Amino acid sequence: MWRDAALVAGKDLRIEGRSRVALSQVAPFGVVALVLFAFALGPDRQVMAKGAPGLFWVAVLFCTVLAIQRSVSVESSDGARDGLRLSGIDPAGLYLGKAVAVAAQLVVLELLLTVGVVLLYGAWIEVPWMIVASCLLGTVGLAATGTLYGALSSGLRVRETLLPFLLLPIVAPVLLAGTRIWQAAMAGGTPASGMQWLRLLVVFDAVYVAIGVVLFGPIQETA
Amino acid sequence: MSDDVTTTTVAESAGTHPAAAPVSNTRVTPAPAQSSRSKAVERTIGLLALLGTVATVWLGIWVTPPDKVQGDLVRLVYIHPGVAWVALYLAFGLAAVSSLLYLWPRTRSLLWDRLAAAAVEVGVVFNVCTLVSGSIWGRPTWGVWWAWDARLTSTAVLLVLFLGYLALRRVPAEPEVRARRSAFVALFAAVDIPIIHFSVNWWNTLHQGATVLNANLSPQIHGSMAWTLLLGFVALTLAFVWMLLVRYRIGVLEDWLGANELDLALAERQSEGAAPANGGSVAGGPVDGPSGDRVGVA
Repeated sequence: MWRDAALVAGKDLRIEGRSRVALSQVAPFGVVALVLFAFALGPDRQVMAKGAPGLFWVAVLFCTVLAIQRSVSVESSDGARDGLRLSGIDPAGLYLGKAVAVAAQLVVLELLLTVGVVLLYGAWIEVPWMIVASCLLGTVGLAATGTLYGALSSGLRVRETLLPFLLLPIVAPVLLAGTRIWQAAMAGGTPASGMQWLRLLVVFDAVYVAIGVVLFGPIQETA
Repeated sequence: MSDDVTTTTVAESAGTHPAAAPVSNTRVTPAPAQSSRSKAVERTIGLLALLGTVATVWLGIWVTPPDKVQGDLVRLVYIHPGVAWVALYLAFGLAAVSSLLYLWPRTRSLLWDRLAAAAVEVGVVFNVCTLVSGSIWGRPTWGVWWAWDARLTSTAVLLVLFLGYLALRRVPAEPEVRARRSAFVALFAAVDIPIIHFSVNWWNTLHQGATVLNANLSPQIHGSMAWTLLLGFVALTLAFVWMLLVRYRIGVLEDWLGANELDLALAERQSEGAAPANGGSVAGGPVDGPSGDRVGVA
């Protein structure tokens, strides 16, 4: 399973390395979203610094949808999906591989967006490890749920419009938790209040990774 | 009422008058008919639900006393928690259980899929009623139509989750594929509900705690109010069951129509072609559209 996962993740990251879709389209989109949020909230830096945690996570959520769409569309042409299924790769490994590739891209993106939030909104981070933990745990949750819904919607002609509608309400707890952890870790926050949210993220991740590992095989058959 | 639904479906899709004889083409399987027993059960439940609701409204508005603190506003208590109970626990619980039963290979049957779909659809209606009645109650008591309180927020998220489920069901697909897909989505949503519940609870809380089903199980209201409240719960539950049965039956007919649509259309076209040759005696009566005109001219 792990070897298959590494193979699939390597394949997806190699495709990204050659096509640069996430780097040249998804990441700039995230930055555009940050700039638009700034326009929406006005030039008051205090307001922006206060809203920074939520805006960061909303931008990440939007980029997740795009990353998942890309991850699905990579398999949609030339019968790639059938090829993968015929290749004898363990469905659980396939699931983990796709999720790891999405997660890796999201981590890079979050790094970029964090720098953007700090520079553009003047948000000052007091407890860096908490930010890192929230990003890593949040990313695992987003990639785990996103890959599941991506597989479910992969055969649909209305995928582009249906996926965000199905996925975004499901990941609402990630947005809530991520935002609260960020608020706790920013200047003026209380770091202790972030701990229960970190635990919530761990539970969310465990539940959806487990579902994905167990059910990805049957889910593929619905596409 | 149920028979009307069945016959008009057949007649309309075959393009004939409702009074005309059924289509003679043997390939079209007849629409599944409802047995007289299930019809009787359905009618009884519907009647009881209607009577219960009327009695609740009568007791709630004219018989029970106003509240010491809330005055007449308290009368919403006979509707709002009952509607919420049906939407949040009964309907979505049933949807989750039937989706699970569909996915479990030993109990796999389209029966569970239709039941889940019917439960979600009725549940969404009750969920909207919960939000609307809560909003009407919130305006005079809290001073706002909407508050970002934990329960309100999780109810709203639940509504969005299951609207997504219904949107997915509307995507055309083979019944089995659609059933699997929707069952997975219902299951993922059901798993998310406790997490959403906790996260939103930590996020914000303003709503009053449970009154009747509190930790020591001693209801904090008395007399006629408690009985009216109980009756409201029963009446709304019966209304839910009635809607569920009707929606399930419509689901069966929809599946039948989906499976026989082509045959019905073929039979219709054939009867159009046959009509002028046989002097319009075949599938009974003139048909709408150009061929109908030709019959008129001949």
